[in-house]
Amino acid sequence: MIPPISKLLFRALTRGPYTRRGAVSPDPDGAAELARAVGDRARQKLGRSLAIREVDAGSCNGCELEIHAVNGPVYDLERFGIRFVASPRHADVLLVTGPVTANMVEALQRTHEAVPSPKWVVALGDCARDGGCFAGSYAVLGGVAAVLPVDLHIPGCPPEPTRILSGLLELLERAAKG
Amino acid sequence: MIGQDSLVAFLAEAETVEGSHPYPRVRLDRVGWQSLVARLAGSEWCLMAEWGEQDEVHVALRDEREGDIRIVSHRCVDRRFVAIGTVRPAAIRLERAIRDLWGLEPEGLDDRRPWFDHGRWPSRQPLAARPRDPSPTPFAYPFLPAEGEGLHQIPVGPVHAGVIEPGHFRFHAQGETVVRLEARLGYTHKGISGLAAGRTVEAVARLAGRISGDSTVAYALAFARAVEAATGAEVPRRADWLRALMAEMERLSNHLIDIGGICNDAAFAVMLAHMSVLRERILGVNRALFGHRLLMDQVVPGGVVADLPPEGSETIKQLLYELHKEIERARQLYENTPSLSDRTQGTGILPSALANRFGAGGVVGRASGRGHDARRVPGYPPYEMLDLAVPMLLEGDVNARVMIRFAEAAESLRLINRILLELPDGPVRADLPRRAGEGMALVESFRGEVLVWGRVDAEGRVVRLHAHDPSWFQWPLLEVAIKGNIVADFPLCNKSFNCSYSGHDQ
Repeated sequence: MIPPISKLLFRALTRGPYTRRGAVSPDPDGAAELARAVGDRARQKLGRSLAIREVDAGSCNGCELEIHAVNGPVYDLERFGIRFVASPRHADVLLVTGPVTANMVEALQRTHEAVPSPKWVVALGDCARDGGCFAGSYAVLGGVAAVLPVDLHIPGCPPEPTRILSGLLELLERAAKG
Repeated sequence: MIGQDSLVAFLAEAETVEGSHPYPRVRLDRVGWQSLVARLAGSEWCLMAEWGEQDEVHVALRDEREGDIRIVSHRCVDRRFVAIGTVRPAAIRLERAIRDLWGLEPEGLDDRRPWFDHGRWPSRQPLAARPRDPSPTPFAYPFLPAEGEGLHQIPVGPVHAGVIEPGHFRFHAQGETVVRLEARLGYTHKGISGLAAGRTVEAVARLAGRISGDSTVAYALAFARAVEAATGAEVPRRADWLRALMAEMERLSNHLIDIGGICNDAAFAVMLAHMSVLRERILGVNRALFGHRLLMDQVVPGGVVADLPPEGSETIKQLLYELHKEIERARQLYENTPSLSDRTQGTGILPSALANRFGAGGVVGRASGRGHDARRVPGYPPYEMLDLAVPMLLEGDVNARVMIRFAEAAESLRLINRILLELPDGPVRADLPRRAGEGMALVESFRGEVLVWGRVDAEGRVVRLHAHDPSWFQWPLLEVAIKGNIVADFPLCNKSFNCSYSGHDQ
């Protein structure tokens, strides 16, 4: 019997990657153009290397699902040299989701301190801006800006992968300016 | 003999609380509650959830033999109640949370450590009538000890290495072998019960859909069904079917990415890549047909927000055809890759006895011989029309949890196909009557049974909300399953359970 993994690898060789087809989605923003733009900027400004450390500061995990999608083969963030890293000490960007729960404040601050300068903070999702539907609770601080200086906010509940890509593009532009 | 009575017979004499639908709520005095706790020590009554209010504690129970469900309440004299956790370990964390939030003291509970309260809130016991002053410093959390030669501790979290939710894991290991794992959770506690009180039903529906983002349909559906039960609303038949369609799409997308994630944690990344592609197809269809990739805010009390567009049926059938082929291919790949089976078989075994003792549902329960599924018992429309098959295995290892997911994904494909074929015509949303009442609903999420209990007033506001995530009864079992395995297999075991942090912490 031919092992299924051989068949699968052969299929991948003959068919090519999913990314090319996946990126040309019917999204009005035009995922393919966006992808190209992110790629060019990333190369110009950061020498094809931007490391992101993600911190969930109390999200409902919806944002994490979409971040996983951006990281997956269809959107494939890594082809632009933007990648998620395990340690904050390897990161340029702290990507924070959630309304920032009181129980996560210290962990978030310490992770931020561990990121070497220059660094940027991106708040992802509606509740990372102002607490969203969790604002006003005794247990949340109501947005990342209550704890850290935020450079960019990517809206959406949760933001779609194309929106996350376009958000990172904006961050690269801002980083270039100053 | 203790435990031979049926739940209904045991509670026959108790005072019934008016206005609770569809499951009766009864109230026990201190003596009655004490004898209930004594009965729970040996009976076949399943503890479904336990939660507090300002001066009352509630527990939802199911008679496993008869299938009857009751909510039992107990007014706490002196703000104390006899702890169920003394006889049912599954209740320990629930009761610690009750003490943290409502300030009701579980008597007899050995574990005095706070659970949700890390000593960082602006007040302690925030949901009690009179919250207490805040703690001056965050609490230290003494983990349960393990003693022996050559033991060392490994602290992990709350910020993990990947894109994951926050939680702390404390390993005691001897060399590579885990001697004891203990989790500390509560990092994502957002105070949803407190937020919901006093808000409109519409606003809380939005909140309910964000208790655990990956189960947004299940939670929104459970909340909607609880409110509909409380107000006596009639839901159009087509809405029931569309809700099931969305719930199965959610189950399918989650099971697929979980299979991928488990294999990825066994260093078989190609499976994750393929499953991500399949998941993306499903989410793309969701987006095109319903306007939201995760189907958030689509299920609302009274029905669903929008009808399936005319091309919807054809689009989904095309998707089913593709998925059917691809999932079968993935299953073949999974089963015929010895290096992968080597990692998953015999790893992280959860004994059936413990799954039953904790009432673990979902994939975790069904892989360990506990075949409970809320779609079947107590059941809700339209599943009684769909001949639902619930897969079950006895091995209880990572491999069994993967195989259950494959089987359930295949079943979801079949269900979606049936739903499309038999979808009745008609409206998809009805107005909610303005009526006060209490309601409880049980919905099977991809993770297990979600329970939502709520009380609404005649102005269409939520007075009290409690949502119970299946993870409550799965997190403690993960600590059992990892025992004796190597530390490197923890991600694998953890992913095969895939408990929700946000759903648990709320």
